[in-house]
Amino acid sequence: MSMFRPTATHKVIPLVPADGAQPGNGGRIRVHAMRYNPRDPGNAPRLQTYELEQAEGMTLFIALSEIREKQDPSLQFDFVCRAGICGSCAMVINGRPGLACRTLTKAVGPDITLLPLPGFELIGDLSVNTGKWMRAMSERLEAWVHMKEAELDLTRIEARMEPELAEQIYELDRCIECGCCVAGCGTVRMREAFVGAVGLNKIARFRLDPRDTRDDDDFYELVGDDDGVFGCMSLLGCHDVCPKQLPLATQIAFVRRKMAAVGFR
Amino acid sequence: MKVVYTDVLVIGGGLAGLRMAIAAKRRGHDAVILSLVPPKRSHSKAAQGGMQASLGNVIKGQGDNEDVHFEDTVRGSDWGADQAVVRMFVNTAPKAVRELAAWGVPWSRVRRGDRTVIINGQKVTITERDEAHGLMAQRDFGGTKKWRTCYVSDGTGHAMLQAVGDQAIGSGIPVHERAEALALIHDGGRCYGAVVRDLIDGELTAYVAKATAIATGGAGRLYRVTTNAVICEGIGHALALESGAAALGNMEAVQFHPTGIFPAGILVTEGCRGDGGLLKDVDGHRFMPDYEPEKKELASRDVVSRRMEEHIRKGKGVGSRFGDHLWLDITLLGEKHIKTNLREVFEICHHFLGIDPTKDLVAVRPAQHYTMGGVRTKPTGESPTLKGLFAAGEAACWDMHGFNRLGGNSVAETVVAGMIVGEFIADFCDDPGNEFNLPTGLVREFVEREQAKLDALVASRGTEDASALKARMQEIMTAKVGIFRTGRDLEEAVAELQQLLARSRNIGLRTPSPGPNPELVTAYRVQKMLKLALTVAYGALTRTESRGAHFREDHPRRDDAQWLKRTLATWRDGASLPELNYEPLDIAKMELPPGWRGYGAKDYVDHPDTPRRQAEVDALKTQYAGDRFALQRALLPYDDLLPARLRGRNERIDEPFGGTGRAA
Repeated sequence: MSMFRPTATHKVIPLVPADGAQPGNGGRIRVHAMRYNPRDPGNAPRLQTYELEQAEGMTLFIALSEIREKQDPSLQFDFVCRAGICGSCAMVINGRPGLACRTLTKAVGPDITLLPLPGFELIGDLSVNTGKWMRAMSERLEAWVHMKEAELDLTRIEARMEPELAEQIYELDRCIECGCCVAGCGTVRMREAFVGAVGLNKIARFRLDPRDTRDDDDFYELVGDDDGVFGCMSLLGCHDVCPKQLPLATQIAFVRRKMAAVGFR
Repeated sequence: MKVVYTDVLVIGGGLAGLRMAIAAKRRGHDAVILSLVPPKRSHSKAAQGGMQASLGNVIKGQGDNEDVHFEDTVRGSDWGADQAVVRMFVNTAPKAVRELAAWGVPWSRVRRGDRTVIINGQKVTITERDEAHGLMAQRDFGGTKKWRTCYVSDGTGHAMLQAVGDQAIGSGIPVHERAEALALIHDGGRCYGAVVRDLIDGELTAYVAKATAIATGGAGRLYRVTTNAVICEGIGHALALESGAAALGNMEAVQFHPTGIFPAGILVTEGCRGDGGLLKDVDGHRFMPDYEPEKKELASRDVVSRRMEEHIRKGKGVGSRFGDHLWLDITLLGEKHIKTNLREVFEICHHFLGIDPTKDLVAVRPAQHYTMGGVRTKPTGESPTLKGLFAAGEAACWDMHGFNRLGGNSVAETVVAGMIVGEFIADFCDDPGNEFNLPTGLVREFVEREQAKLDALVASRGTEDASALKARMQEIMTAKVGIFRTGRDLEEAVAELQQLLARSRNIGLRTPSPGPNPELVTAYRVQKMLKLALTVAYGALTRTESRGAHFREDHPRRDDAQWLKRTLATWRDGASLPELNYEPLDIAKMELPPGWRGYGAKDYVDHPDTPRRQAEVDALKTQYAGDRFALQRALLPYDDLLPARLRGRNERIDEPFGGTGRAA
């Protein structure tokens, strides 16, 4: 389908850039972005290189926006908040999953290779459908507070909670569903239905929450198998790449211990 | 032609949209949500500092109640708000925050005993009550008399969106992600749904619904420097405007937040100042007390932003290659506080400025932040002129913010209006009188019209570049329709925006493909955005007074005699300017007649009706002294405006209900 008209700066280069790429002249950087439209049968994945001047404080959000405005308006990618809080812009940056919006080009340049996040349906170029994956995971794990009463008396003073417990729940609730943990996961490569660290972290979060009526037997039904917590091989790439630095390693180990206790009963 | 039928079509998957859909679904009506992005990525997420609800749990919030919240909100609005709607809001906010607590939001909680806080630059020890232990905590925010802002560290919107988004999933509400409404389907008097474009494959689908609700957030991206997410382009506003039937209210009322980080414009929360942070100039001098001795850094946002720009004009800004800025100093709050209660601020400073805010000052300058204007609605949330069209949240002009919104009142509005308007949507769908017989030809006509527009853009040999037009519009809005406005600048802005609108009909695409083409999206959106930008600029030019965030240097006084009225803008197809009409605000019905806000400018032009109403209010206050509920009923009855299930008083530590409730 690509109606894109190449210009002098738009060289098509092989998927793996040659070793020994030269550093950019002065402040110039080169962004090598994967181009692919999965709806176009005649289209093959390739890397396309864009050269631009690096500005002070330039992030990948700024760089990619400039490329789209000035060089190639067809390049697909996703940004929403551009402040590191919404999780839209996760991609593989020089081989490592991360949030593009808060990645400074000077920290990863002058040659920056950008690939879409693996493990998710590709929409096109650097855009992947994390939303669809996360919704399916949430439905499968019933990832919402299962309340005691259907109808609350909202006029009354709220139930109390220890301040420390609220902080512990928030610590796990900080997940932004960006998908980096799934992209960094070894198990996902072998088990497509694996719920990922994002899913197991949610189980840990709802386990902690006294407002949720479920117990470990209920959670075992959701994650007590090889697509759940027992599928994790403890490679812990998830923990290393989580942009919110969630304590995924300890939470997965904790959930596994609790689920094993149910399983052994 | 693909058609999707549902009871309720909600356009926008942020907090307001999600909450409306949940309300409708729980009343037995099917709802479909359209969202440009996965709902949990909506801009609601960016609300950091908190949500105002007058719980009065913390000792600095003791004595807080709906009355105090009401007065703060009306003063904040510079008397532009609909006071009955403010009453509906302040009475429902405690219920909303308590519902969210039950849904799993990990609100920060009160810990009994002594703690050290920073007030007015000084360390102060305060003692929280035993009976408050474990209840939701509140922090201080601008323009409030009490500590009222409930919070989850500084990720309040995030935590709220997690909980509400999760409940929507649990309720089985479908969200059609990466879907964009291009036009409302209507016959000039009744709305029947929308024409929707799939952003993945570019196909159009007609969504036909008994009730259609716009909850698309703000229009910050009309400006170059804004805290808003890149999706906040005002497209929902434009849908209503382009209908020609619905009106937009007060679009000239645009809020600038004092602390956007410089130069990127990313927000750092008002909680920084609420928790004791200070604004400083090039000399390290704390300048706000010089201008605002009463509230200092915690006057309302419009006032603080103007004072900052005024101070920069006096040459007290800090120079940089990007221009001048000021400093936000939160170092005095200490590392533990920052890393617990301001951790997003810490991360933002680290990643985007490369500094450590526990040790370094943060470069800030005011940035566009909030759109007070929106789709004009009745207190039920329905458009008074286009039946079956509802709106809630930032996209609406309900109108509880008037000309300036208080910090912490926006996420509060999303869920409160979501609850209230959601109930009214369910009532609307229950009423057999609202069924319709829709000619399929009308639906086809709307779909074909939108398809033809897209086809024309793709086929165009036009010479204009969509991104360049958008960039120029943003530059004009930031330079000439900003914090300080003059008739001359606004005239120039209107003239050039009109030229841009004309040029936008001659856009040619460099990549003329019909499918998932980002350039095509920019092209059709910029045509809509220019109409909105003109509505803002023309409304600002016409309003020859200063009120709230709308400040005219050539008309610096608030003028109640001439301008105590709401701007209503409509757009006729093919026009190059909106048509403006005005809806007067009735002082005789005000619970709080116009006066001085308690901060900011003290000179304003009184309305001739104000003294009479003030005398009535004073007499009622004497008559009902000691019974705040009876007094309130006498001043401004509003209970019948609320859905039955959301009426009722709110229990507090100091106002216990007794009986066997959950109250400890």
